[in-house]
Amino acid sequence: MKFSGTLLEAYRDISPPGTVDLIYRLGEKLRGRSMLHVNSTKMGGGVAEMLLRLIPMFRELGIEVRWEVMTGTPLFFKTTKSFHNALQGDEAVLTEEMFEEYRRVNHENATKLDLSGDMAVIHDPQPAALIGYKFKEAKWLWRCHIDISRPQRKAWNFVKPYVSGYDGAIFSLPSFAQRLKIPQYLVYPSIDPLSDKNRELEPEQIDSIRTGFGLTGDKPLILQVSRFDKFKDPLGLIAAYKIVRKHQDCKLVLAGGSASDDPEGEEVLARVREEAEKDEDILVLDLPPDANLAINALQRSADIIVQKSVKEGFGLTVAEGMWKGKPVIGGAVGGILAQIVYGLTGFTVNSIEGCAYRIRSLLNNPDLARKLGEDAKEYTRKNFLITRHLIDYLSLMSLMMGVR
Amino acid sequence: MAEFKFIGCIEIKELLGQKADNEAQLLELIEDVHPDSIYYHMHSYFLRHVYLSGPFPNDFANWAAIELRDNILGEKLANVGVSPEKSLEDIRMDLVETIDKHLSEMRFVSPVSRGNSFHFMKSQIVEVPLGTAARALPEFIRALQNVHASALYYHIFEARIRVRKGRNDFSIWLDNTLGYKQLAERVERIDFYMFSLERLRRKILDLCLQELAE
Repeated sequence: MKFSGTLLEAYRDISPPGTVDLIYRLGEKLRGRSMLHVNSTKMGGGVAEMLLRLIPMFRELGIEVRWEVMTGTPLFFKTTKSFHNALQGDEAVLTEEMFEEYRRVNHENATKLDLSGDMAVIHDPQPAALIGYKFKEAKWLWRCHIDISRPQRKAWNFVKPYVSGYDGAIFSLPSFAQRLKIPQYLVYPSIDPLSDKNRELEPEQIDSIRTGFGLTGDKPLILQVSRFDKFKDPLGLIAAYKIVRKHQDCKLVLAGGSASDDPEGEEVLARVREEAEKDEDILVLDLPPDANLAINALQRSADIIVQKSVKEGFGLTVAEGMWKGKPVIGGAVGGILAQIVYGLTGFTVNSIEGCAYRIRSLLNNPDLARKLGEDAKEYTRKNFLITRHLIDYLSLMSLMMGVR
Repeated sequence: MAEFKFIGCIEIKELLGQKADNEAQLLELIEDVHPDSIYYHMHSYFLRHVYLSGPFPNDFANWAAIELRDNILGEKLANVGVSPEKSLEDIRMDLVETIDKHLSEMRFVSPVSRGNSFHFMKSQIVEVPLGTAARALPEFIRALQNVHASALYYHIFEARIRVRKGRNDFSIWLDNTLGYKQLAERVERIDFYMFSLERLRRKILDLCLQELAE
């Protein structure tokens, strides 16, 4: 029986040819099976956002999906925040009391949550210890969304025995792989081409949003969209822009989220604002978290998109820019290297000077900029859209269930 | 008459947790790594870069040239041949000999990384029958225009190297079932490693259309 849904059909003309049919075929093998996702938040954050979009697709394929959210105490979340930082290599204090609270809250959740399902995907360190409560026949995967390429040893040594109990682990980049005896799979994150942040916009809508920000389109526009965080290096980008301005007229827009709960971020934002006040062609936009349409319109208005990070998890703003057919310049770190194929879908740079050079080069070579943008869009279509993400999960489920 | 049934494939990528930071470590790991990892790094480039032909056709060559800035080794590794006659162990030996010879000609091998590490991976292929079939050449052309690009990967690279059928699936069917001997030979003679999957699709379609016109 051929299965044809409506949600997935919306992706037929956007994803690569044959993709939706391939998804139906993969789904047919798994119809009636059940899948469980467990994470620690229903709202906010990339994981929840991704699950909200993927789960209806699984359901449309006839896969029974449940999403359980664990609950915890303030000490538990303080502990898991410390784990999060320590696993990403930052300094964090971890005490025996914190370890005990982590074990206790996981045990409590195991008694409250419905952990049944043919396959479970347990997201990030917070619920990792639930593995002790898995049903014998079920297959469980630990999905790690964070950069654990250089974890603090104490934190990793605590989490590792739990992770080792899973049937497999999923990481977002090859460099995040660990010495583990279980299989480690690679699944890149994705963007949704039909979300407000990425869907096609009418030219009038783009113009209206752009002019609403006071951007008249009189000069080439260089854009970076990211939090005001030192690792996103907005100050480095301003320095690169200043070099460019010696040769070429252009405008720089730095658009990012509010940093009110992050003192370090506030300091970066203050310094960025200080620089912007000295130059009327630098515009700083502190946008609310739901400003998805505004970000979409800004990206579509830009001539060049930059993500000049000096440290990066995956950096999906790069794929967002590429999807809009723009030439993207990114710092040569983390997932940016997986998205930008040097010289083919954009340029990666290692310094302020390198960034300035590539901006100048692209401003002066519109044909090259256009070609990079076109290829970047096709590369994103194949590699970073949500349909590919769905295929990866379906394939892993086929593998785990032994339905090849 | 036997139909040609198109099969697509999904690659599940597995990280092996082994990495190289220079030419010597690359050699050491290539000598020991699972043969599926050799296959992955010599071929999966095509599945990842469906639309683009990169600087070189395999991961080892690209890493040497881009991350190690060792263009000579990159060029040499790009020319390590893959053919139906060669097993993965033969390919491994060719890679080892190429790097070994290059190392013996190097005056100095930097012990530290000059770029990003090479992370060894392997993959498992999940076959997905696409429900598309052809009985004659015009039908085959119509189907080939629309199938998922992974079907080209499956019927060409998987058939020739991993499954070791000796030829690609398209040529086997065109020759044995339809009797298009010359067309089958033309398709098999394509230098598959020089094209992206989308360009391969175009190339094969052009050859088929040419055959029909003749």
